[in-house]
Amino acid sequence: MNKKTTKLEAKELNAYYGDFHALKNINIAMEEKNVTAFIGPSGCGKSTFLRTFNRMNDYIDGFRTEGDILLDGRDIYAKDVRVDELRKEVGMVFQKPNPFPKSIFENVVYGLRIQGIKKKAVLEEAAEKSLRRSALWEEVKDKMDKSALALSGGQQQRLCIARALAISPSVLLMDEPASALDPLSTAKIEELIYELKNEYTIVIVTHNMQQAGRVSDHTAFFYMGELVEFSKTKTMFTSPQDNRTQNYITGRFG
Amino acid sequence: MPHIDVELEKLKTKLLEMWDLVEYQLQSGREAMLQADQELAQQIIKRDRKVNQFDVKIDRMCENFFALFTPVAVDLRMVLAVLKINANLERIGDTAEGIARFAKKLDGPVSEPLLEMTKVVPMYEEAVAMFADCRVAFKTNDPVLAKTLIKRDRALDKIYRKSDGIVTKFMAENPEKISEALAVLSIIKKVERVGDQVTNIAEEIIFYREAKVVKHRQDKKKKKD
Ligand SMILES: Nc1ncnc2c1ncn2[C@@H]1O[C@H](COP(=O)(O)OP(=O)(O)OP(=O)(O)O)[C@@H](O)[C@H]1O
Ligand SMILES: [Mg+2]
Repeated sequence: MNKKTTKLEAKELNAYYGDFHALKNINIAMEEKNVTAFIGPSGCGKSTFLRTFNRMNDYIDGFRTEGDILLDGRDIYAKDVRVDELRKEVGMVFQKPNPFPKSIFENVVYGLRIQGIKKKAVLEEAAEKSLRRSALWEEVKDKMDKSALALSGGQQQRLCIARALAISPSVLLMDEPASALDPLSTAKIEELIYELKNEYTIVIVTHNMQQAGRVSDHTAFFYMGELVEFSKTKTMFTSPQDNRTQNYITGRFG
Repeated sequence: MPHIDVELEKLKTKLLEMWDLVEYQLQSGREAMLQADQELAQQIIKRDRKVNQFDVKIDRMCENFFALFTPVAVDLRMVLAVLKINANLERIGDTAEGIARFAKKLDGPVSEPLLEMTKVVPMYEEAVAMFADCRVAFKTNDPVLAKTLIKRDRALDKIYRKSDGIVTKFMAENPEKISEALAVLSIIKKVERVGDQVTNIAEEIIFYREAKVVKHRQDKKKKKD
């Protein structure tokens, strides 16, 4: 009944920083409108892998990949793919909120301005819509021209999510989006992720096992550049198949 | 040892202590029945409160463990198993108490022929032995041993199924011993329950070790044939 569509896919993906083999033969297919959590010890390659989905690693000297990354079945590393177009489809939110030193309004519409949209009415509508979706509207609607830097950390993170949503991507990549937030702001972000998955395909890197459990449908466990286990989150947290997964999620590593 | 393992070990130790107490209750029940020892029976009934205290204590320990450690995977299955085994031990404790209540009704030692015919003594001994082996299976994390218990329970069921007819016949032939016969029949029923409860515990051990649900499998098979 519920037809499952693959949104993001990696096929025999290898990635290198110079001589360093950071991702080793990764095969994974992530469903549309699903939340996938990436977990694993520090340095195992989660961020590297996440960044391959919007080619954020392109800027890094000596970085190269082998194999395929597919978005809606299309190879995003193909020659005819324009990176700016790709980033419209695949938005990203980082660990540390990184608002620009501009007004709240300008932060949200930043991506639209870059796309050349100038009409105030269009921008205002987009800003309100995105801020509502990121559950920040009520808190900022009366101070849209105030500096974004005056917001709290949790508010800044939701602002960054609004900024990512404003360009209407279909995929949202989040690299530890709540790791610097208190439990209330974290809960808000998690609620948001839960809401957003009706419309977006979300990939979230997290070091918080309970968070992975609460927000994700599927979980991928990485270890030393390998994808060790990928399964339904329920399955992973009740009966993981691989001993390395079990040791990691129960906190018994090393 | 990681902190979490220390806590899990405490939980396990507490459950094993309860297991010892319940085993003692069962053994005493057997004595009380064979000797028609009313005083012993009374002690068993009184001691059931201790079993209940263990039950409450272990429940609380599990609750705290969930809240403080948010366990996953094998740890989660372990605590879930402890919770359910705890509930089963508490029920076996109740069963032992029930046996004591029937033993209390006996006017004198049960007549030899009745013991012989019903096989209540070997049945009782097997139930206690299964209970003890189940404890070993839990203590040593041994799902293979746990699986053997599920099979052994069938022998108890067999004795139980035959007991109705045997006791009816005995009562017809010995009308003066009807109340004694009824007490023995009730005890057989209780011992059969112990077998079932040991089976439940064995299933929890298998679930905890192998992440496999064995419960209710029997039902499915029955539906198929
Ligand atoms: N720019 C870079 N140049 C060289 N090596 C890098 C670079 N970025 C990451 N690495 C290496 O690649 C490996 C994977 O890094 P990555 O940042 O993907 O890990 P991670 O799983 O996200 O870790 P964390 O949980 O700490 O964020 C690490 O060994 C890291 O040292
Ligand atoms: Mg990272």
